[in-house]
Amino acid sequence: MLDLTPDEWIAIRLSLRIALVATAAALPLGLAVAWLLARKKFWGKTLLDGIVHLPLVLPPVVTGYLLLISFGRKGPIGAFLYDVFGFVFSFRWTGAALACGVMGFPLLVRAIRLSLETVDPKLEDAAATLGANRLWVFATVTLPLALPGVIAGMVLCFAKALGEFGATITFVSNIPGETQTLSAAIYTYTNVPGGDAAAGRLVLVAIALALGALVVSEWFARRAGLRFHGE
Amino acid sequence: MTVLAFDVEKRLGDFTLRAAFKAAEGATALFGPSGAGKSTIVNLIAGLIVPDRGCIALDSTVLFDSVNAVAVPPHRRRIGCVFQDGRLFPHLTVRVNLDYGRYMSGLPRDDAATGRVIALLDIGHLLDRRPGRLSGGERQRVAIGRALLMRPRLLLLDEPLASLDAARKREILPYLVRLRDDAKVPMLYVSHFADEVRRIATQVLRIEDGRITAQGGLELLDAGVDLSV
Repeated sequence: MLDLTPDEWIAIRLSLRIALVATAAALPLGLAVAWLLARKKFWGKTLLDGIVHLPLVLPPVVTGYLLLISFGRKGPIGAFLYDVFGFVFSFRWTGAALACGVMGFPLLVRAIRLSLETVDPKLEDAAATLGANRLWVFATVTLPLALPGVIAGMVLCFAKALGEFGATITFVSNIPGETQTLSAAIYTYTNVPGGDAAAGRLVLVAIALALGALVVSEWFARRAGLRFHGE
Repeated sequence: MTVLAFDVEKRLGDFTLRAAFKAAEGATALFGPSGAGKSTIVNLIAGLIVPDRGCIALDSTVLFDSVNAVAVPPHRRRIGCVFQDGRLFPHLTVRVNLDYGRYMSGLPRDDAATGRVIALLDIGHLLDRRPGRLSGGERQRVAIGRALLMRPRLLLLDEPLASLDAARKREILPYLVRLRDDAKVPMLYVSHFADEVRRIATQVLRIEDGRITAQGGLELLDAGVDLSV
């Protein structure tokens, strides 16, 4: 078995927490945006689509820097959050979760949107004629039918969050125990003499986590698929 | 007595529907060729399409009135719909499909009524299956049951047999006749097959190219060419 040092465990636990929080926080907004893009026509739709996809195509450092100047303590949003709620993103693990959530968001929205588009609007119409309001239609028809895609999106977002490096390190730096994620720890170990063994162990952990996420998502998606088409 | 009063104008691309009619109790057939606007009328009554202008009233309730800006959303109309393609929810069992409208319409559980509908349509042995495992005829019977169990004020049947072969049609037609005579729900039956209409309808509305061209009894079916040919 891998013999991980306490510091390495801290980085792993922190990474998992950041990735989970980022995915969970991105999900409601991701569902809403994906639904808007899949089902509604409105002014500025192309713009919204573009903004959502921006973190996918921008250099991560740029995304991190944009987060820093807007959500940092002196940035307009960051200053507001600190003054009103006493909430701080910069140089905290919450900031890392924000950066990871933003980076994973396009992947989440894409997967959910694609699966929402496969749901036949005629089924939603049928549900409406049976007395279901929009929220019920979404909860009982649209969402369950799109579930495999929603799960796939969450796994992609989680994996992206787990591996995120550029935006995180730019926004919240690389502080052990606070913002030093798995990726940042590997990067750090490869830069210090004699850090190869530690880096190697964490690389194995990263591979195991990524594979595990894939297996879990595959299992969920297959189960969800069976429910519609099987017995 | 008039159950449904419909007077609506709606443009959809190149097609313009400008139709006015009144339907009484019993089964009214909306009979005409494909593309005449039959399904558009169904969607307008169900509230799935919004008219450009006009008004739609069911019994004494105004469902839509462009002058007074009334537009009841589909989920509050209590109008049961049976579509050509069934539209059963694939992820729910037949039992849950059947119960969906009752639950969503906020009606109390009524096992006796549910039992009657299940017996009427002969679908008791299908309750634990999912729609993917039903035959075409079974699927349409469940769809009819699902619409009935929300206790609709009006039942819209939009070509409910069109996707079925002749044998399946013969299988379902008697259920529809029973429905008309026993359940006493007013029905608007859309079809372009004269045979079907003859079996079920008590009144006939002829529709051609977005206009109601004749209204009367079953004799209207013989008046023109059989549109199914």
